[in-house]
Amino acid sequence: MSAAVEAGFAHFRRRAAWRPLEYAFWIAVVASLLVFPRRLSFINEVAILGLFVLSLDLILGFAGIVSLGHVAFFGVGAYAAALFGLAVFADPLVGVLVGGATAALVGFASSFLILRGSDLTRLMITLGVASLLYELANRLSWTGGANGLNLAPDPVFGIWSFDLFGRTAAIASLAVLFLLFLLARRIVHSPFGLSLRAVTENRLRAGAIGIPTHRRLVAIYTVSAAYAGIAGALLAETTQFVSLDLLAFHRSADALVVLVLGGAGTLYGGLVGAIVFRVLQDVVSDLTPQYWEFWVGVVLVLVVLAGRERLARIPANLYRRLGLEGA
Amino acid sequence: MAAALETVGLTRRFGGIVAANAIALRVEEGARQALIGPNGAGKTTLINLLTGVLRPDAGRIALAGRDISAMPRHRRVKAGLARTFQINQLFPQLTPLDAVYLAVAERDGAGARWWRRSGDDRQHVAEAEALLATVGLADAATTPVHVLPYGRQRLVEIALALAARPRVLLLDEPAAGVPEGEREDILRIVSALPREVSVLLIEHDMDLVFSFAERITVLVDGAVIADGPPAEIAADRRVRAAYLGEEPHG
Repeated sequence: MSAAVEAGFAHFRRRAAWRPLEYAFWIAVVASLLVFPRRLSFINEVAILGLFVLSLDLILGFAGIVSLGHVAFFGVGAYAAALFGLAVFADPLVGVLVGGATAALVGFASSFLILRGSDLTRLMITLGVASLLYELANRLSWTGGANGLNLAPDPVFGIWSFDLFGRTAAIASLAVLFLLFLLARRIVHSPFGLSLRAVTENRLRAGAIGIPTHRRLVAIYTVSAAYAGIAGALLAETTQFVSLDLLAFHRSADALVVLVLGGAGTLYGGLVGAIVFRVLQDVVSDLTPQYWEFWVGVVLVLVVLAGRERLARIPANLYRRLGLEGA
Repeated sequence: MAAALETVGLTRRFGGIVAANAIALRVEEGARQALIGPNGAGKTTLINLLTGVLRPDAGRIALAGRDISAMPRHRRVKAGLARTFQINQLFPQLTPLDAVYLAVAERDGAGARWWRRSGDDRQHVAEAEALLATVGLADAATTPVHVLPYGRQRLVEIALALAARPRVLLLDEPAAGVPEGEREDILRIVSALPREVSVLLIEHDMDLVFSFAERITVLVDGAVIADGPPAEIAADRRVRAAYLGEEPHG
């Protein structure tokens, strides 16, 4: 009896335990700062994309909510941070928090639209919300319209100002990414995270064991929006510029492609995918500056042809074999 | 004393069809009751009304005297009304331990905790393991559900329902799809349930019904046509007519 309880306890502990490869991953991430001192701006971009895709993984990989408009929260976070910095207080950390909180509010409000309906409905609704916000930012005067807004954030903690080489930016973004990753990891392995998997696998049964399915989906959608907003705010603060591009559709699509490439529902899929995607983009655009988008398109088509499920399984199986399984 | 579960004038129409016609159902505390009826009698509609999948057009449902007619599904579970499904409704990728642990944690209001690691609440793990042992799944606790044979998956269904510590348990054809040799396991588990749990068994298998039930309610065309002890029901001419197509004689 008590042996069974110990076995059960070990089952949960084993699943949430840190794998050796996870330590290796984060050590490699930190090492990249030292190994590529000339590519710090690039590392900053990859970290932000990784965080953005992680936010999408929280809803797609762990709650089964598809979205083609996740950029809405990214853009809202960026604009909120920028406007707050210009109008109220230029501290970048506060700006990032404001960006995340504002995106969370928008996420909470729009979550009620995606509770019901099929995947197709959700794709359309999320796409619609994002287009709406894009047009708003385009029309309103205080968002700078098509010209965008320039920021002048204070130094981080009043000490480290954003330098030309992106050193402060890269370190700050990676630090935020790591902290939010730890939080996401905890959420995924918590009873709340388990209940999300239950809701995803069988909503009827989830309700029948007393899970308030709608409330759980609203909660994770809001958290995911906050993550995306923080990613957007980070980009705004570290590049000191916001424009309509931060609300553009291609960012939603990129995030989805990166997540599918890396493997949804693994936590690491988005991060690994972001690295692979951006490095690939970088290498290909070096080789063929004019046609790099063509090759990215080829990869996209291959993803569709091979099938999302089948491709998504490859990294998932790989992780499992390497003992890096996320959940 | 209030019944464990009682409905008054419960009615639901689908277009022109009256699937539930002013159903008055009474399940006493500690009951071992069966609900039978030919196909299309409205059994599924009744369960869906009781559990909150469907909303009634009229009538009300009381659980231990408390009106639950307007409660959403998950609240009814918390109020003490649990069910199993006729066709397995499980979490295929999770293990029985995951699922039952989650159901136990959820009952205790711990299902929304995002800051704790699953399994850190030892008492919930212990209770889940105990429940799995009760239904004979101790050896399969950490095997993903989709790998288990169908008969054993049925046991997960029952464990999940019991995890809610229900006052009333609705068993919707618990032995459906289970191979002959394993049906006894299910009957034994159901018979061994404590009397604090009132059981309403919805079943086609008459052997199972008559070996289990102390009271039988017969539903035909959306209405209760008979209700009483098994011997009385077996002799009831209207029931025989409904089942065998006999014309009731004057």
